[in-house]
Amino acid sequence: MKLHEYQAKSLFADAGIPVPDSRLATSVDEALDAVDEIGYPAAIKAQVHVGGRGKAGGIKIATDREEAERYADEILGMDLKGYTVDQVLVEAGVDFVDELYVGVTMDRGEGKPVLMVSTEGGVNIEEVAESNPDAIAREHVDPAFGLHPYQARKVVYEAGVDADVALDVASILSTLYDLYEENDASEIEVNPVMITGDRDVVAADAVMNIDEDALFRQPDLADMAEASYEDDLERKAGEYGFDYVRLSGNVGIIGNGAGLVMTTLDLVDYYGGAPANFLDIGGGAKAERVTQALDMVFSDDNVDAVVFNIFGGITRGDEVAKGINEALEGFDEIPKKVVVRLAGTNAEEGMEILNTDLVEVEKTLEDAVQRAVKNAEEVTQ
Amino acid sequence: MSIFVDDDTRVVVQGITGGEGKFHAGQMIEYGTNVVAGAVPGKGGQEVDGVPVYDTVDEAVEAEDADASVIFVPPAFAADAIFESLDTDLDLAVAITEGIPTQDMAKVNKRLDETDTRLIGPNCPGIITPGEAKLGILPGNIFSGGNVGLVSRSGTLTYQVVDNLTERGLGQSTAIGIGGDPIIGTSFVDALEAFEADTDTDAVVMCGEIGGEDEEQAAKFIGEHMDTPVAGFIAGRTAPPGKRMGHAGAIVSGSGTGTAQSKIDALNEAGVPVGDTPEEVADHVEDFL
Repeated sequence: MKLHEYQAKSLFADAGIPVPDSRLATSVDEALDAVDEIGYPAAIKAQVHVGGRGKAGGIKIATDREEAERYADEILGMDLKGYTVDQVLVEAGVDFVDELYVGVTMDRGEGKPVLMVSTEGGVNIEEVAESNPDAIAREHVDPAFGLHPYQARKVVYEAGVDADVALDVASILSTLYDLYEENDASEIEVNPVMITGDRDVVAADAVMNIDEDALFRQPDLADMAEASYEDDLERKAGEYGFDYVRLSGNVGIIGNGAGLVMTTLDLVDYYGGAPANFLDIGGGAKAERVTQALDMVFSDDNVDAVVFNIFGGITRGDEVAKGINEALEGFDEIPKKVVVRLAGTNAEEGMEILNTDLVEVEKTLEDAVQRAVKNAEEVTQ
Repeated sequence: MSIFVDDDTRVVVQGITGGEGKFHAGQMIEYGTNVVAGAVPGKGGQEVDGVPVYDTVDEAVEAEDADASVIFVPPAFAADAIFESLDTDLDLAVAITEGIPTQDMAKVNKRLDETDTRLIGPNCPGIITPGEAKLGILPGNIFSGGNVGLVSRSGTLTYQVVDNLTERGLGQSTAIGIGGDPIIGTSFVDALEAFEADTDTDAVVMCGEIGGEDEEQAAKFIGEHMDTPVAGFIAGRTAPPGKRMGHAGAIVSGSGTGTAQSKIDALNEAGVPVGDTPEEVADHVEDFL
């Protein structure tokens, strides 16, 4: 789960990390009130979960009220890589002379958290990692002990941060690690940390992702997650408790188990179609869940045809079939053609129960996907 | 023969009195697995399906000589349950639980370095040696005994591939689901190493997915150390960067790392054919044998 910049910065500020003065605004008037308080220059920053906001036109620096009004008007409501901007962070501009990158994340290969510092801040750190990996200093943390303060200092010095600000940067890094641990973060990144002409150190951006599996013990962050849905379908999936990812194609996909659903997406693509979504109904789904899943996919206007692929282990084919019937019998006219493939536990019973007036049935995964792709093509032609 | 489990494996089920634990303990027993004990705090002295329950894993091992555990404990308490099995020096612990916080698993991972216990999972379907033992939630009826080893990050995708194999008469020596989380106990390399050493495994299927670099490391291992032929499959070719595809570990993070293409390329370079469909994976295995 991704926090918005303003959410992450409020956690930073509470923990004592210096951040620029800022206000959240949802209208041009609110943005103008904010700049009146903060002064100029002021950055107007789109609050959406999209990387490269600056390049895409989602961050502008206003030097007077007229510019602030124009930029706020431009950015609010704009479409940024498929997401509509409905709030902006209005933030005091920082007069900086140098930029750093600092981050804390989980190194999967090592199974340990890792601190990262680079003097090549302000640019895409993944590009730095590829073109000049030595420009990033790293320090692994033993998860049983937590961070020793010397480690934060060591990695900052190793990165070549200017001596006069090194201890301040180390202190920020130490605090970021505490935030990482306390909030069950999966990643925290500040890019850039700005160093001002007066040699002050300021966290000018904030990326903070939370481990969704830990939200059960992070109630405050779970509330923030509520506020961070950016799409009605994603919100609906959150309410139903589905693993759901919206994509840009027109073949709706429902299945059980992440690996098999991913494979179904891949096959849709392989046979010349375009997947509209990833939707995993999980293990042991009962009829009601199946109905909810169909409701999700039917609610997506982009979907022209649906493939429903179940390989039952703890999920039972007869339960799935009942759910499909219940969902579809409620319609006078089936909104989108549904191809069903059932295998595994109680698949035969399921096939008998399925109302084949309402759905098309295939025996193999490959056949089911090809038929759904064809159905989608027929709609678009 | 087989790897990690066989008909001598003596199993304690942690969480046997819960809904899932009870159901799957029953299924494991029905399959012929030696389920010798359950372990649930506060439930010592009870019985589930004729299996005696103890308050601690330690007591279960002491009384019933268990050497492996299967963990069906809710996510909030699962890391503690794994620590309990590791600290009891079992040979094997299989963690089925999905949704354990990653930072908890980092601590478990640290402990794993210091013990001889093998952990499989978490967030996995378990392990099965057809006809001998099943530790986990895999549907026993789709498997058949044979000489194909299978290792996979996913549950239902494993079933799909096994179904394709079994339908052609290609039975399995052992099938392992290693789990879809970012931090797991048994890696592809660990499983491949065991299959390579197993004289009754003549071909291996490896089903990977996007995220992390486990598949790339496995490819390197295969290229350098394996004579047994391996066929591969990689799920998530169409996954966009930055989106978690169900599994906590299935996410393409940076540019170029963890993508399906980098994994497919690495496997191809190691001489591993990668199927475009599960059916094609079975084709490759058929060619090997």
